[in-house]
Amino acid sequence: MLQDKDRIFTNIYGMHDRTLKGAQMRGHWDGTDKIIKKGRDWIIDQMKSSGLRGRGGAGFPTGLKWSFMPKESDGRPSYLVVNADESEPGTCKDREIMRHDPHTLIEGCLIASFAMQANACYIYIRGEYIREKEALQAAIDEAYDAGLVGKNAAKSGWDFDIYLHHGAGAYICGEETALLESLEGKKGMPRMKPPFPAGAGLYGCPTTVNNVESIAVVPTILRRGPEWFAGFGRPNNAGTKLFAISGHVNNPCVVEEEMSISFEELIEKHCGGIRGGWDNLKAVIPGGSSVPCVRGEHMKDAIMDFDYLRGELGSGLGTAAVIVMDESTDIIKAIWRLSKFYKHESCGQCTPCREGTGWMMRVMDRLVRGEAEVEEIDMLFDVTKQVEGHTICALGDAAAWPIQGLIKNFRDEIEDRIRHKRSPSPTRVAAE
Amino acid sequence: MQRRLHADQPDHFAFTAANRAWAEAQIKKYPDGRQASAVIPLLWRAQEQEGWLTRPAIEAVAEMLDMAYMRVLEVASFYFMFQLQPVGKIAHIQICGTTSCMICGAEDLVAVCQEVIAPKAHQISADGNFSWEEVECLGACANAPMAQIGKDYFEDLTADKLRGLLSDLAAGKVPQAGPQNGRFAAEPAGGITSLTEFVNAKIKLNASVQLAEDIGDSVKRIDGTEVPLLTPWIDKAANGAANSGKTPPKAAVRGKPANAQKPSAKATADKTGVTKAQAQASSKAKPPSKRNPVGEATVAPGKKPRTMKAPRKAGADDLKLIKGVGPKLETILNTLGFWHFDQIAKWGDDEVAWVDQNLEGFKGRVSRDNWVDQAKLLASGGETEFSARAKKGES
Repeated sequence: MLQDKDRIFTNIYGMHDRTLKGAQMRGHWDGTDKIIKKGRDWIIDQMKSSGLRGRGGAGFPTGLKWSFMPKESDGRPSYLVVNADESEPGTCKDREIMRHDPHTLIEGCLIASFAMQANACYIYIRGEYIREKEALQAAIDEAYDAGLVGKNAAKSGWDFDIYLHHGAGAYICGEETALLESLEGKKGMPRMKPPFPAGAGLYGCPTTVNNVESIAVVPTILRRGPEWFAGFGRPNNAGTKLFAISGHVNNPCVVEEEMSISFEELIEKHCGGIRGGWDNLKAVIPGGSSVPCVRGEHMKDAIMDFDYLRGELGSGLGTAAVIVMDESTDIIKAIWRLSKFYKHESCGQCTPCREGTGWMMRVMDRLVRGEAEVEEIDMLFDVTKQVEGHTICALGDAAAWPIQGLIKNFRDEIEDRIRHKRSPSPTRVAAE
Repeated sequence: MQRRLHADQPDHFAFTAANRAWAEAQIKKYPDGRQASAVIPLLWRAQEQEGWLTRPAIEAVAEMLDMAYMRVLEVASFYFMFQLQPVGKIAHIQICGTTSCMICGAEDLVAVCQEVIAPKAHQISADGNFSWEEVECLGACANAPMAQIGKDYFEDLTADKLRGLLSDLAAGKVPQAGPQNGRFAAEPAGGITSLTEFVNAKIKLNASVQLAEDIGDSVKRIDGTEVPLLTPWIDKAANGAANSGKTPPKAAVRGKPANAQKPSAKATADKTGVTKAQAQASSKAKPPSKRNPVGEATVAPGKKPRTMKAPRKAGADDLKLIKGVGPKLETILNTLGFWHFDQIAKWGDDEVAWVDQNLEGFKGRVSRDNWVDQAKLLASGGETEFSARAKKGES
């Protein structure tokens, strides 16, 4: 288990002093100017060797992403945009950073912006997080007052402004180009790529969009060294990670642990075990709603990192939002609810997603009640394959995968339900 | 999902002075010419002020940001947090219904809402106090099931606890937000398993609940005076107002009241009660609405009435006694050759149409404010309610 001294978010529960003074006591904002004075290339190299992979779901290496930003400005300003539109079902980790440990994020914004030669950073927080927005803005105000951001931020010689912007309840704005559209005051409809944001992003200027957690871990990594960070987790899955465990565990919680921790250890150490014991575990969605579910018996020994969950279990780490379901769960209904979510949140731009999500939800609706033919299961699977990969953004894929996971792992249960509905078979009961 | 504007709309929207100041400061977060970026924050503030998002509010925001109405309507109908229909007087309850909450009992919470508030989502309860809806994941999954009431998250709920919250709210109390089962935040309910050294016993509430308690605006319609307006991005910015900004964005200038001492919302409304926002509608993208019939007269070219080169010897009448005519309009009328009430009183439909068409910048005012009937009364030596007040110097 990770030691407290190796935790980056030492105030994730907000039980310690949440002000700037408290953050400085816990070691944040320490020597920020010295880090910046080591230069842009040094920072990006350190980030690359730390092995940090983006914490927003896709797991793209953060240092590499930063290196795509132009080294010399062609006259256009560069922007850092922080994706705080946390709305993937199951995910509630960035909220804890923003309301309880906001200075990790603000300091990270300064360093990351410098590394990509951006003088301005926008944080796009989801609209529902009203108190979190207030808490984060209060921390930004504190940082301005202390001269840590603004002109000559933290005495580093770098001029830096940080602006908090909010959305209004659209999941799609968690997609980076939809987020940029929304930040420009439009409907959140994803853009075609290329051009990628690093070439033409916010207001047509070079932009990097990073998740809150990816940015908030940066200052600590640079202070303690990439080797320290890379020392946790298996190769290619480095570091510590916030896990958000919800559903049928005894004590759901958000907790920072090292990558590649086993699922069993994570649940036993922090969540007080599965409700009703390990034999009562039915299924787990290990990385937020967009990844396929996994049968309980395969999960106990699972290693919680990108490569194991994708490679061995056909699922994914995603945002490390672990949804645990025990035997009392109607798994078909649980996945139907996700289908309803994706139907609701489809932006309507691409036909396969706009029509497909509604279609899939309606079939799922009948599967929940068992009012379907067994052949329709294959047809549904086929339709998910036609949505997947045929849309501008990944929402189409995200809508398809949970259903594919359900059919792969719980086909027997779907078939049982259909059969039960179609033939209560009184004759057989009588014969027995 | 089709989202339409509500059938019954109020006539008017104006930000309170403090909210308007807030809105103008938000616009300065964005580079010059990019003021449209502020559309979501401004619409949201309008909703916080009124409880729901009205058509006049959408139009007012469009004017402030120099955007076409349609672009703002698109945004208002795209984002689900904008309530396009009236909500309960006390509070709108949003139950998170997505999987994590569902498997932890969100359906029971919905059932409570159906029973206590109204059978259907977005219906207002019989007493007018509450409305509810099921929303998608609110991002507090480790505290499932939960609901957002006003600005605050109420977490770790049960059906009975929600019932209790509703009856407290109905009784005018504001219950404490946050976890309802004694938890502090998102730590394990059985006691923290990490960070045991980072506990300050003096801190009793998590950050969200502390803010809710300090500000006390959980279910309040806000007017902007609740918290002081802090704008470090203007006062202490490294790069001036929004990066390149030597001058503030155009919209901010336009939005400023003519008379700085008056709240702008009132200053822009002239004697006719027509706000600047409404009167300015002139481009194709900002068509006249029911409340904004500017340009209606364009269909009929009309007939030019008889005019006079100068007033009669007794002197011109005070045309400002006609409701709807201010100093500016009086000058225009004089230029056109109208000096007396009896001239106006004689206009027929065709003449009215002609004048409506020729009042540069004020098209359509004659018919809308019914000048002819007013002028008939005034010409015969009578008084209208407005002229009596105007003479007393009240308006």
